[in-house]
Amino acid sequence: MGLLSDPNRRRALISMLTRLNAPICVVCYFAGVAWFMGLAFEPFTLRTYMSENAMGSTMVEERFPAGERALATGREFAAHKKKVGGMPVDWLVKNMQDRGLEVFTQSFSRTLPFPDENKERYIVKGTNVYGILRAPRAPRTEALVLSAPCSPGDSNNQAVGLLLGLAQYFRNQIYWAKDIIFLVNEHDLIGMQAWLEGYHHTNTTGMSWSPLQGRGGSIQAALSLELSSDVITSLDLVLEGLNGQLPNLDLANLFYAFCQKIGVLCTIQGKLQRNDWDSVSGYSHAVQTMMLMVMKQASGRPWGDHGLFLRYHIEAATIKGVNSFRQYKTDATTIGRLLEGMYRKLNNLLERLHQSYFFYLMPSLSHFVSIGYYMPAFGLLAVILLLRALDLWVQLNTPPSTTEDGVADIDQVRHTPGVLSVLTPLVISHLTGVALYALPIRFQETAVEHFPVSETEAVVLTAIAIYTAGLALPHNTHRYYIMCVCGTEQGWRVLKLIAVLYLAVLLGCTALINFSLGFILALTLVPLAAFVTPHVPKVLSAFILVILSPACTLLFSVFFFQELQEMPVSFQDGWLLYLSVISQGILDHSLYGSLVYPLIALLVYPCWLLFWNILFWK
Amino acid sequence: ILSATVDAAADTQGTSAPETVVPSSVPQPKDDFQEELVIRPLHSGDIYASFQFRTLWDTDFMRENKVSHYRLFPKSLGQVISKFSVRELHISFTQGYWRTMQWGQPFIPSPPGAELWVWFQDSVTDVDATWKELTNVLSGIFCASLNFIDSTNTVQPSASFKPLGIGNVTDHSFLRYATLPREIVCTENLTPWKKLLPCGSKAGLAVLLKSEKLFHSSFHSQAVHIRSVCQDWQCKTTSWELRQTVNSVFDLHNSGQAKREWSLFKMFSRTLTEACPLASSSKLYIDITDNPQQFELSPATSLLSQAVVLGDRRTFSVYDLTQETTFGSVRSLNLLIRWKSNEGEMLRPLLHAERYVAGYGLQTGEIHTLMYNNHPYRSFPVLLLDSVPWYLRLYIHTLSVTSKGKDNKPSYIHYEPSKDRVKPHLLEMLIQLPPNSVTEVTVQFERALLKWTEYPPDPNHGFYVGSSVISSLVPSTVAMDTNSTRERPLFSSFFPCKEESSYFVRIYTEPLLVNLPTPDFSMPYNVICLTCTVVAVGYGSLYNLLTRSFQIEEPNPGLAKRIANVIRKMRGVPPL
Repeated sequence: MGLLSDPNRRRALISMLTRLNAPICVVCYFAGVAWFMGLAFEPFTLRTYMSENAMGSTMVEERFPAGERALATGREFAAHKKKVGGMPVDWLVKNMQDRGLEVFTQSFSRTLPFPDENKERYIVKGTNVYGILRAPRAPRTEALVLSAPCSPGDSNNQAVGLLLGLAQYFRNQIYWAKDIIFLVNEHDLIGMQAWLEGYHHTNTTGMSWSPLQGRGGSIQAALSLELSSDVITSLDLVLEGLNGQLPNLDLANLFYAFCQKIGVLCTIQGKLQRNDWDSVSGYSHAVQTMMLMVMKQASGRPWGDHGLFLRYHIEAATIKGVNSFRQYKTDATTIGRLLEGMYRKLNNLLERLHQSYFFYLMPSLSHFVSIGYYMPAFGLLAVILLLRALDLWVQLNTPPSTTEDGVADIDQVRHTPGVLSVLTPLVISHLTGVALYALPIRFQETAVEHFPVSETEAVVLTAIAIYTAGLALPHNTHRYYIMCVCGTEQGWRVLKLIAVLYLAVLLGCTALINFSLGFILALTLVPLAAFVTPHVPKVLSAFILVILSPACTLLFSVFFFQELQEMPVSFQDGWLLYLSVISQGILDHSLYGSLVYPLIALLVYPCWLLFWNILFWK
Repeated sequence: ILSATVDAAADTQGTSAPETVVPSSVPQPKDDFQEELVIRPLHSGDIYASFQFRTLWDTDFMRENKVSHYRLFPKSLGQVISKFSVRELHISFTQGYWRTMQWGQPFIPSPPGAELWVWFQDSVTDVDATWKELTNVLSGIFCASLNFIDSTNTVQPSASFKPLGIGNVTDHSFLRYATLPREIVCTENLTPWKKLLPCGSKAGLAVLLKSEKLFHSSFHSQAVHIRSVCQDWQCKTTSWELRQTVNSVFDLHNSGQAKREWSLFKMFSRTLTEACPLASSSKLYIDITDNPQQFELSPATSLLSQAVVLGDRRTFSVYDLTQETTFGSVRSLNLLIRWKSNEGEMLRPLLHAERYVAGYGLQTGEIHTLMYNNHPYRSFPVLLLDSVPWYLRLYIHTLSVTSKGKDNKPSYIHYEPSKDRVKPHLLEMLIQLPPNSVTEVTVQFERALLKWTEYPPDPNHGFYVGSSVISSLVPSTVAMDTNSTRERPLFSSFFPCKEESSYFVRIYTEPLLVNLPTPDFSMPYNVICLTCTVVAVGYGSLYNLLTRSFQIEEPNPGLAKRIANVIRKMRGVPPL
């Protein structure tokens, strides 16, 4: 700090920073990207390890014997499901009661803001059935949840069968210290949302549900089971939850430990683990796995039924059975034993899972990158914004007397244009953001009346239209600038200074909550924030600006995600997928309270508009 | 040591003296011991076993010269009574939660964990100090963590806990009530409890109390109740009653057998061979009210007894253990219950309650207490007692009581606000429950941030809030039963008889486990220390930079220049 207190040395430092600003920024950018790519390189990552003492050793003996019977129950469930044409509530209630559980039901209904075309639903009515296995001599203060969604069609019947099988087996054991809640939820996430809101008696999304009759105290952990075939080849662990929240890493460790112990193939992001980290293909495999996690986390949507638990500080994960016709087969008994082991371990917990990491990325199931390792990658990108802000600040404070003496005098009188002068573009761009946030759902009926589109298309197309209309704004706001005194070099510098700092704060906060989203946004927004001025070639810059705008980032992300999943799509399909992703984003916001859509519409997009304004500054 | 031996010598002298007198002056002993076991097969398929051991003693612990001769009454408790001037003492240790909806009402209710409530004599001057000392002594007697009872979890209920013995005490400043919801009950608490019995666990019903089976159950509760009761109907003399109880529920499902049958041996891994020789009565009751449809007993007994228990008329088979014939030729009684069918609907308990914490996040929350009145046409009042630790700061203005969607105004509210680190919230309300309704009491709270030394060793487990207590006179189901009144003579059945028309019920809700904002203890403070240092150093210099203006110091002007400037100043010319 002594360096800065000395005016001479400070001046030297600042002049160096301003002189070398552009090269330093470029270096920082590439260093940030390189750091990020390095995270997937195995020697740079940490091995996962169990932090929680209570789950330390895997010294439980799994004895679940009744896999075949569970599958038979699953088939029976399927038959009843087909007969009723939905959730066989009565059958489930009776079956759970026979297994010695306290059984309760909850009905719920929800009208979506607009029809969900992916899942073909608009007015949703359903019933959740759950049975509570009361732990002997426990005072109903703690509970664990095992859930299986009752999906339409033929999928997931085995999961419900296994759930009932486990319930029967668990009921006869004496060692439970926590109540275990077996939940079969209808309409996947909507049912889960209704159940969780009912359990915690909150209402964040305006859903209507009937109050729950039975509870088991505070839920310590939850697993959601998805299983669609009698025999599976591997189990996939899904961690990403609402708003990019992740469960405690110990839950993943627990799953991995039991997969190793019982000998089940386990994957994350559908990718098996590889040992050849030193080969190029091994490294790219790890990068792919990690990028998939980053993309999923950035989307901010729950990738399984577990995703909604995380809001309530309940550690949860989804376990998906995958049947990919490999050689190695695992039967239902083995999966039952795996779950039994996991629940016995969770039952041993004295405290909530808190020992291990909550912020991490996983390039494979056995390795993880903690927040301390991945944050520098973002920090290197964010520092560019600060350097640019410093540069602008210095430029604003240096009187431009070097050019002409006459002009300098006039300029010096008003060489610090008031903050008020940039208020107009700030307000206008934010109003556009508010319009983008609020109007698509409001105007869907009007749009449907006037154009030959469905409601969903109407919402998405309105959003795109408002987004594009925002680009026309500089011409509209232009005359306001002329009226204010600062339609000069100083004016855009002040605006840019504010915009750059705004972006820095915005990205910083986003990255703290959801690193992936913050990093992806930083990757595209930081370069444009760094280079844009009114003096760069207009057409080319405008093209680059549009390419790097949030909407196009989303479009590229869609293609990139498909590429990572090894399911590349044509441009036509990609575009359709893009439209459905937008509609899903809006739906996620109104159904589950996902924050990505409001973040983009209300903050990121207006911020990007500010840079667009600077480009067309006159 | 010397004084102790002297005391002991005095004791032996004191005891020997009356012993020689007793047979001559008083023909019957002044103390009396009874034991009984009630077994009730529950509709859920579980078995409820309730032991009661009662010792009566016609003595006065409060008189001047100390009581020193003890025969049946345990000396440790007698000394406690006289030393601390206890009028009434109720202590219970419970592991598990009584499931009212599956099991009906228990004979003696108790909340999960430990519960202690004591009425002191009016002669006690410093009740709080006596209470503190008493809890520590009881902690030693019962091997429990009762010494954790202090002012932060003790309350003085104004209405909910009236004395159960004689005496109309209304000044609740002599009452102390505390619960420890986290207390774990195990063998170490059972052993000292058994030692209080006259026969110990050597003979009588107490031989069944084997911990390896008793703690293999769904519910276990043991209690000690001391009170004074009348000896005769005129209540000229009073005597002390010590009632020791064990209630447990055995899970039939746990055995994993296809055929449902249950025997004393399966339940307790012991059979009965004799009554306690010191007991004046020793009985085994089996609730056979549902017998013909549901199960059969072997050996059968001809002795039947009817009683109205908790507002319900029940029939019991009675086995008198003082009779030789009860044990038959094998000299041991192994009672067998064999189920024939699983039919029969349980009478829905007229009153039950549940409680939970609503909301998410670590800042605020809401406590919901639901009370169900399942009576089809009668409304009745209940007393709700809530004692909430201070670290949940209740927003009492958000208190709302609603039933059937309408505001239900309590007719009596007694609220004592908490004091941080000193005393808990106490909320007592008298609420009328409309027939066939759910009444919901909600109150919001804020979670306090504790000082870092105040967190228990496992802070992320959460903090317990004790059960709320609901006491009520519930209309009896016997009174609802029109068949029984039809048989009775007309002149007797116009006005409902008070004894049968309602009965007292106390219900405990489940305790709550609430998470408070917890610092990360896993990196023990080095992170905090480091951050503090960095912030202190960085902040200081940054603050310097921002608030000071730095200027380059002009070199000191020479003496000549200074003089010249003075002259120029006098002339009114700008200085050099």
